[in-house]
Amino acid sequence: MSSIEVLENLCVGCGLCVKACLYDAIEMVDGIAVIKDNCTLCGACVEPCKFDAIILRKSHRETVSLDDFKGVWVVAEQRLGEIHGVSFELLGKGRELADTRGAPLAAVLLGSNVTGAGRQLIAHGADIVYVVDDPALEHYLDEPYANAVAALIEKYRPEIVLTGGTSVGRSLIPRVAIQVRTGLTADCTALDIDDQEGILLQTRPAFGGNILATIICPNHRPQMATVRHKVMTALEPDPAREGEVVEEKLPAELFETSTEFIEFVKDETSKVNIAEADIIVSGGRGLGGPENFGLLDGLANALGGAVGASRAAVDAGWIPYSHQVGQTGKTVQPNLYFACGISGAVQHLVGMQSSRIIVAINKDPDAPIFKVATYGIVGDVFEVLPALTKKLAATFS
Amino acid sequence: MSYFLTEEQEMLKELCAQIAREKILPVRAEYDETGEFPWDIVKVMAASDIYGVYIPEEYGGFGGGVMEMCIAAEELSRVCGGIALAFAASALGAYPILLFGSDEQKKQYLPAIAAGERLAAFGLTEANAGSDAGAVETRAELDGDEYVLNGTKQWITNGGEAEIYTVVVRTSKGTGIRGMSCLIVEKDTPGFTFGKKEDKMGIRGSTTRELVFQDCKIPKKNLLGREGTGFVVAMRTFDKSRPGVAAQAVGIAQGAFDEAAKYARHREQFGKPIGSFQGIQFMLADMAIQIEAARTLVYHSARVVDSGAKDIGKLSAMAKVFASDVAMKVTTDAVQILGGYGYMKEYPVEKMMRDAKITQIYEGTNQIQRSIIASAVLKESAAKEKKE
Amino acid sequence: MNVVVLIKQVPDTTDVRIDRETNTLIREGVPSIINPFDMYAIEEALRVREGVGEGTVTVMSMGPPQVDAALREALALGVDRAVLLSDRAFAGSDTWATSYTLAAGLRKLEDYDLVLCGKQAIDGDTAQVGPGVAQFLGIPQVTYARKLTIESGSTATVERMLEDGYDVVRVPLPAVVTVVKEINEPRLPSLKGKMKARKAEITVWGPGDLEVDEEELGLDGSPTRVVRVFAPEARSGGTIFEGEVEDTVESLVRELVPVLKGEI
Repeated sequence: MSSIEVLENLCVGCGLCVKACLYDAIEMVDGIAVIKDNCTLCGACVEPCKFDAIILRKSHRETVSLDDFKGVWVVAEQRLGEIHGVSFELLGKGRELADTRGAPLAAVLLGSNVTGAGRQLIAHGADIVYVVDDPALEHYLDEPYANAVAALIEKYRPEIVLTGGTSVGRSLIPRVAIQVRTGLTADCTALDIDDQEGILLQTRPAFGGNILATIICPNHRPQMATVRHKVMTALEPDPAREGEVVEEKLPAELFETSTEFIEFVKDETSKVNIAEADIIVSGGRGLGGPENFGLLDGLANALGGAVGASRAAVDAGWIPYSHQVGQTGKTVQPNLYFACGISGAVQHLVGMQSSRIIVAINKDPDAPIFKVATYGIVGDVFEVLPALTKKLAATFS
Repeated sequence: MSYFLTEEQEMLKELCAQIAREKILPVRAEYDETGEFPWDIVKVMAASDIYGVYIPEEYGGFGGGVMEMCIAAEELSRVCGGIALAFAASALGAYPILLFGSDEQKKQYLPAIAAGERLAAFGLTEANAGSDAGAVETRAELDGDEYVLNGTKQWITNGGEAEIYTVVVRTSKGTGIRGMSCLIVEKDTPGFTFGKKEDKMGIRGSTTRELVFQDCKIPKKNLLGREGTGFVVAMRTFDKSRPGVAAQAVGIAQGAFDEAAKYARHREQFGKPIGSFQGIQFMLADMAIQIEAARTLVYHSARVVDSGAKDIGKLSAMAKVFASDVAMKVTTDAVQILGGYGYMKEYPVEKMMRDAKITQIYEGTNQIQRSIIASAVLKESAAKEKKE
Repeated sequence: MNVVVLIKQVPDTTDVRIDRETNTLIREGVPSIINPFDMYAIEEALRVREGVGEGTVTVMSMGPPQVDAALREALALGVDRAVLLSDRAFAGSDTWATSYTLAAGLRKLEDYDLVLCGKQAIDGDTAQVGPGVAQFLGIPQVTYARKLTIESGSTATVERMLEDGYDVVRVPLPAVVTVVKEINEPRLPSLKGKMKARKAEITVWGPGDLEVDEEELGLDGSPTRVVRVFAPEARSGGTIFEGEVEDTVESLVRELVPVLKGEI
């Protein structure tokens, strides 16, 4: 069994570990750090200790031969033959990782009548595309899809497997990870290869985006991660790029499921998908009520953008959840982001701070949103927005 | 700070605070604006057993007393003194039954009130009978097994929304307090309708309305106690309910204080938080002292009432006067601390100030309370002198 | 119909802040709460029980003894029974080991028709444990459920929320269903429920009570490991305009025009 220990001869009682602990599981007793029962062995206290007084011992078992695993994979997502943008973004990142590892980049494509779409994945950077094309895979269902991906992993043994952090991806890939007995890190915002050990460093936000954690999967393969839409950048597609499409035939019993797909209903309320929009005009608590979202529509329409919202506005029921930007909503990366009456809680910032240009309008000059804004106006949104809309509409009419 | 609450009372306080924070806070401004009755909040409070806190277990309640009623009223009022009345006014309407009802009447009405399925309301005030409660003109004439009611009650909290009304009427000829009786009247009784809905300065999240009786026939068995005891029913009811009004006042004051203290910490002028200026600090200190003193008096009076002590009128009245005057002072000062922002509807303190005002007026104006207190202390003094 | 709700006790992350000087988490006064998404799962379980008219609702959680408070909160809402999987051997579990342990707890319970949990926990945001448990138990799952209808003949029809709409699927029971907040509005506890919860017995199981391979538990059984925890870099502030509305808007538009024209 793993354990954590404070070396009493080295501990000076400085308290750095108490501050570093995420779970309030260390206390100072007579000038020595004592680890309490609610410790989760997360290890966050080990590095901050300047005296090397905390030792985390992990009983070590070699379960697989790591050298047997080669290559970087992207599990692509499609609906009705149309490939989801996140798959291209992952190929962009995957290309970089594969080149660092000196290994091929492969994509996995599942569905019915999807073989033709394999070429697009090659154009975006894949060297090989494994296609499982079967009528049983026409609609996404957890068990057949998970069984198919797991079977391919067992067969080809990739070193790294990336999947889009979409609703479908996040349903599918945890089942796969359990089946192939490996670790999985959700919603990574950065992926790198460690210089010395060649392992995948998976960095992701936790605690509502208040901290970042780097996670590794040292003794199991493949190393698996999900990444949300718009976090990575796709390569420019190159139709002339060479690659191979391999059609895989899997045993029919893998596709058996007791789950029945009935229908897909498109949500008409979210016509503009904010994750895809180039310009987003978002509103928060400062708008005071649902009736004032019309002000945002005005500016969004003038610029051809979409309307977003903070969690506070969504929680208050002013606008549907599909418009929510932030840790528990959508991550967006538009060219231009307007934050109107949004104070800028961390939970919101993590969802929009990679926007190229951020404009903040808020009457409170101390609002945290101004700290990330490229441009800010300190003023009343109800006065600024109409004036801004009028002026921009006049300029671009 | 400990107020020596029992574990059950702490639990009740925590639950009411949760209801206030999660359910009332998001809608209080809207109800203040529209003046509609907060049925959605009533449902939440009913599901959480709040309506039964002061009703004995044998009638489906939680088995608490005036202290429990006060805890609930205070916690709810911290967020909205208006919506809190959907609870507190029902208690006022239920107390005559609780105090003077026969076992049969209690069994018939209290379980539904305790479950929050039916709200209660108390009807005393009339156009010409306010502070002078003995001037009630609504007539109830006995005709065989029925009383026939004629007259109009005004400013009845929960009027039109409640289903069970305890109404003080005149049952014998002439004037004066001896000719009055208290009857239970159910909504939808023929001849019982509702008149004007008032447009109020504060407590707009509650409904205040006229009760109109036109040849309204009420079975004789709906009489509470004996004929001619109506005035006593009203006074004993107020002895129990006034600590509740006082608790509402303490809640409103605490809510306003919390806003003011928070604002003073965050608002910067001249480069520092205004809470660092002595002028603001002394205001906050005085507000805190007043609230603490009021709460102590309210809890003390509630505990004395629950102990079964007699002659509780003076203490109840003291709690009501003091706490309501504190609420008015503290909410006014809270608006002052927030300055221009405090005067705007965007911040909740102006609403709290409007809500506070009624606590100095209803269930006996503070002038009437002082009369009650003065007559009690003079009587005590005379008794002392006799003994000497 | 016996429903099991898997819940997690989490710090209220809306209250968690970073101390920019020391780059550490400010935990003082941060309350522990039931993961908010799990509250919707509890509510849905109670509604299923009320709708079917018979059966029980059990909450199960894995964590330190302090989780007792979260379980009692669930009991106060009307849940019938609470089970806590708690032992030092479970410490350090990642989503793999957590799913493994919870699945073992469910196997020990035997009699369950439906397993519910929130779509994800707000401290980790992984959304992996629900599907993980389903895989370990070899039963179907539906994630991101925004509507759940139980049919006689032991199937459920579920609306699964997607980015651009929703799927309607039918699953046989038992199944794992993870819920989103659109599914219902959670109730508050009742006074009677709180009184009952205070006195309720909570079942506590350790590794010895479960059919588990001890090497698959806790940190040992977890393929992933945290190697570094740090505060995100703050984006530096830009140009702020203050003053008359006319002037500030004028200044902003001057900056935005080249951006909108694609010049910069």
